Formats: sequence, C-alpha cells, structure tokens
Amino acid sequence: MTSRIEKIFKILRKENKKAFIPYIMAGDPSLEKTRDIVLMFEECGADIVELGVPFTDPIADGPTIQRASERALKAGVTLKKVIVFVNELRQSTQIPIVLMTYYNPVLKYGEENFIKDAKDAGVDGVIVPDLPPDEGEEFISQSRKAGLSTIFLLAPTSTSDRIKKVAKASKGFIYYVTITGVTGSALLLDGSIETVLSEIRKYTDKPVAVGFGVSTPEEASVVAKISDGVIVGSAIVRRLHESPDDLRSYLISLREAINGLV
Amino acid sequence: MPALKELEEAFLRSKKDREFQRELNYLQKTYIGRPTPLYFAKRFTEHLGGAKVYLKREDLAHTGAHKINNALAQALLAKKMGKKRVIAETGAGQHGVATATGAAFVGLECEIYMGTEDMQRQALNVFRMRLLGAKVTEVSVGSKTLKDAINEALRDWTTNVHTTHYVLGTVFGPHPFPVMVRDFQSIIGKETRRQILDAEGRLPDYLVACVGGGSNAIGLFYAFLTNHESRLTTPIKMIGVEAGGRGIETGEHAARFAGGSIGVFQGCKTYLLQDEDGNVLGTHSVSAGLDYAAIGPEHPYLKDKGRISYTYATDDEALSAFELLSTTEGIIPALESAHALAEVVKLAPKLPREKIIIVNLSGRGDKDVQHVARIKGIEL
Repeated sequence: MTSRIEKIFKILRKENKKAFIPYIMAGDPSLEKTRDIVLMFEECGADIVELGVPFTDPIADGPTIQRASERALKAGVTLKKVIVFVNELRQSTQIPIVLMTYYNPVLKYGEENFIKDAKDAGVDGVIVPDLPPDEGEEFISQSRKAGLSTIFLLAPTSTSDRIKKVAKASKGFIYYVTITGVTGSALLLDGSIETVLSEIRKYTDKPVAVGFGVSTPEEASVVAKISDGVIVGSAIVRRLHESPDDLRSYLISLREAINGLV
Repeated sequence: MPALKELEEAFLRSKKDREFQRELNYLQKTYIGRPTPLYFAKRFTEHLGGAKVYLKREDLAHTGAHKINNALAQALLAKKMGKKRVIAETGAGQHGVATATGAAFVGLECEIYMGTEDMQRQALNVFRMRLLGAKVTEVSVGSKTLKDAINEALRDWTTNVHTTHYVLGTVFGPHPFPVMVRDFQSIIGKETRRQILDAEGRLPDYLVACVGGGSNAIGLFYAFLTNHESRLTTPIKMIGVEAGGRGIETGEHAARFAGGSIGVFQGCKTYLLQDEDGNVLGTHSVSAGLDYAAIGPEHPYLKDKGRISYTYATDDEALSAFELLSTTEGIIPALESAHALAEVVKLAPKLPREKIIIVNLSGRGDKDVQHVARIKGIEL
C-alpha cells in the first residue's frame, strides 16, 4: 500500500524537487488558529504538515516549542483532541499530516487504539522522538498493518547499526536531526550534514528529511540541495507569535528557497 | 543512544578494573568517610516504646547525604571516559552538592540544573554548589522542580554529549543508570548487614527508607534481597516511604504507588503520577528530594514481586518526626529521611521490644533548617 507521504516523495523525486515540511504545535494558542495555519501551510506550498502534540515534558524540544507546548496544554489540548481535530481538518484539506507526539500520551491512550483512531481520523504518519525502534517493535508492526507511517530519527551520533535499524523501522521518510541537541538550536552548515546523509544513503533509498535548527530561507536552500525535504519548526512557531503578519511571506520564501529559487 | 552504550561499556569495564575499584574503595574510606556508623537510637527507641531502632548514618557521609556515594563514583568514571564536563539535576540540592564536590575533586567543569522553586527552598545548597565551583542554572519551565531539572539536564546532555557526562542522581532514567546508581549505592546495605551482625548477632526484622527516585532505599535494601534471605522463614520486611504531601485525597503529594499508574517517562517505564491523557502531574512535598512524579523502575518490580512494600508519610508527619529525632537524639535529619522516620514512629510502638528496625538516615537536616523555620513562621 503506497501512502500519501510516499506518493508525495515519489512525485517530488520525479520532478527533482524537495519536500517542504512546516511544523506547528496543535492548539498553540488554540485549535481554531492551528486550523488556519495548516491551511496557510498548504496555500504556501507545503508538501507535508508536521503537527505537534503538547506534552508536559518535551525533552527533545528547545525553549520555543516548550513554550508552545505549555500554551497548548493551557488551552486544554490533548492527544485525543488533536486526533479529533485532524478528523475535522480532513473536510478542508488532504495534505499529508504527521503527528509529533511523545510516547507517554500514546501509551496512556493505548497503542492499538491510538493507531486505529489516528489512521481513521486521517493522520498519515507519526514521529515519537522518545521511542527508539528497539523499544517499539509492536508499535511499528501494528502501525504498518494499519497503514500509519512510523518516522524515526537519526542524529550525527548515529552508528551504522542504528542507521540500518532506523531505516528499516521508518516508513514514508527518515527524519535526520542535524545537530546533537534540541529543536530550534543553531544550524551548523559545515558540510557535516552532507557527510552523514551520504552515509545514510548507503543503507537506504527511503527519503531523508532534515530538521532541528533550519530557520532562514538560505539554510533551507542549502539543506534542500543535499536532502529530500526540509522541516522547519521553531522558526515558524516563533514568527507566529512575534510577527504573525510576516508568517505568510516567510513560508513562501522558504518554499521558494527549497525550490532553488533563492 | 550511543552515549548510553558508551556509558554502559565504561561502567562494565570499571567493575572489572582493579585499579578503578581500588581507587574508589580508598576514596570511600578517606574522602567520603565510610563505613558510616550504624547507630542504636536508644532514646528515640525508648520514646517510641517498642522495637529497637537503628539508624544507618548516611547523614555523616561527606557532603551530608548518601548522594556522594554515587556522584563521586560517576565523576571518577566521567574522568576515566575522557569527559571534560559533568552535569546533574538536583531537587533538594544534595545531589547537586555531591556532584559539584565530585567534579571539584576530579577537576571537571560542572553545571547543575535546579528548578526555580527548589532553588528558593534550598538556597543554602545553591550557595554551597557555587562555592564548590559549579554553575547552577535555574529551570523555570513546567513545574519548576526536579522533573523539569532532569528534562533540562537531558537536553544539555543530548547537545553536549561528546564532552559531557550526565551524573544522574538516582536509580532512574534509561539503562544503565538504574543499575549503575544501584551498584554505587549498594555499599550502604553491604555495610549495614555487617554492622547489624556485629551489633546484634542477627539480621534485622525491618528496613525502612524514604523513596523519591529511590536510590537510598535500593542502596540499603539491595544487600538484603538475596535468594538466601527470601528463603528465611520470616523474611526481612522492607518498607519504602513516599511523600504523602498534604494527603493523597488532596492530589498534592508525590506518592506514586498510592496515586500513580504505569507510564514511560524520562527514559524508563515505571509508576508515574499522570493525568488521563498521559501528561505528567505536578507534585507536592515539604521535602524537595521526594517531590518527583516518577519512581525508579526497580521499585515497582520489587513491589510486584512482593519483596518491598510501600507506604507514605504526610508533610506534617515528616515534620513531627524531624523534630522528634532532633530532640531525642540530637540528630537533625533531612526532611526526606524524616519521612522514613515518620513510618518508624507509627511502626515501632506496635512491635515487641526484641524486634529490630533499621532506618536509612539518608541525609542530614542542615539544609532544611531555614525551610522548617519558614513553615513554622519563624524569621531567622
């Protein structure tokens, strides 16, 4: 079964294009606002949307997304509500949606119920940053059966064994974290990303999208050239709160940069 | 993940490394001051009018708590691994002080993460850490207590993994931490076993310890968890005492067994105080060291096996045990340890005089004096 995510990457590859994957925390500051932002993402040329699920202890996230998470929790947003939200959103858009959620809310929801409800609601994939593939065998095989893509993370410290494991466990794409660190850290464009990406490509031909620290169109352009997709999170969340009027033009500039138009 | 593997390998190597073990052993004696005494609390016992109460005096260890057993060993290990820097979380400040001490001792850079709320409760320890040359970084997100300090330390470790070792302070987090910290703390029980045999010619009937993350409890209990002892006709009863805060019904506590359920948190699967959506709940305890939403994963395992039972003591019970030990024995206990003492206050009078209870007096109360004065409305 070819998923929506795989279809997108197939088309992009054929056209020699790269994916633009913007991130937004669901419910920051409200789900109504998130709906508008997701639709804006699509209008500005996003290929896939990464939707954050708030959690009290987001250990992989830097201050920007931590604060977004706190705001969303304050607004009463939970994993259940995010799934219902995606279901409603499907009346307005068919853009592939990937949830980024920590594992404990999934465990509490019940793995099986979560996979079923998420899939039924129209969620395409899920990133669980604190679930290593070694600990998630059941989750991976259940998701596979249901047609929900599991996307795992690789980092600069990943060994070849880990690359193989993550490549095998990932469906849709592999998420390469550019830095040792948390979301929103400064990006280092010194050729090291390229080195690791070519190492990853030795083991898999699955698409590799790059995230954590991509902030400017210039950075997006460099990353797009060497990867299959660019994920931008903290920089979008920051703009949403600091200069919301610029968000649309910023998204368009990212899209153009990823298309090689900068 | 590679960092955990690297740590596990270094830890396993160190166990077989005679030179490392010899150095650790030497430092335990000459620097930490081990073995710590096992003390018969005669007046405390007489006051309670039941079983004999012995105190394992971890409060007399260098820096004033059992935390140094683990922190110094991990600092040595970090040095051996070629790390330049150590980081740690701290709640009550005892583990932060111990890590800062270990770092100063081996000559490593040190940064301690501490929740804003804990920094206020434990201002004295913040200054102690700074005196020891550590940088203390305030964590003002989430509940601003121990769990958020751990989150921040984990984020730091992920970022600076090449140069930094994370000295986790309790039997928690991802493997190998729970095993490694237990290993470094199990000296408490090994000594206690020898000491009680010397003093009484037999093993105790009860072991009691407070449980935050659970390292002083595992440290005391572990040497008594052997197969031999589980086959005794009357096995030693082991009791872990959690923080009951303002009472379980108020929701303001840190009693994971009484009020929690299974979750995955900060790298391990264990009992966790969480809401129905899997978000981690805020906790409350008069003692910063017990004010934590999860418990080391070996504790639920040992509870399920029926080897350890768990109960809780409220803030008020702990505070009155704190005063009772001070006035009957001239020993001011840490508020954390006062929770274990509060259980003994309930338990000892119900037992015949020939029974023996050993309490882990895991820390001294100097750090809590200001906090207790504040609670009593006394200005110092």
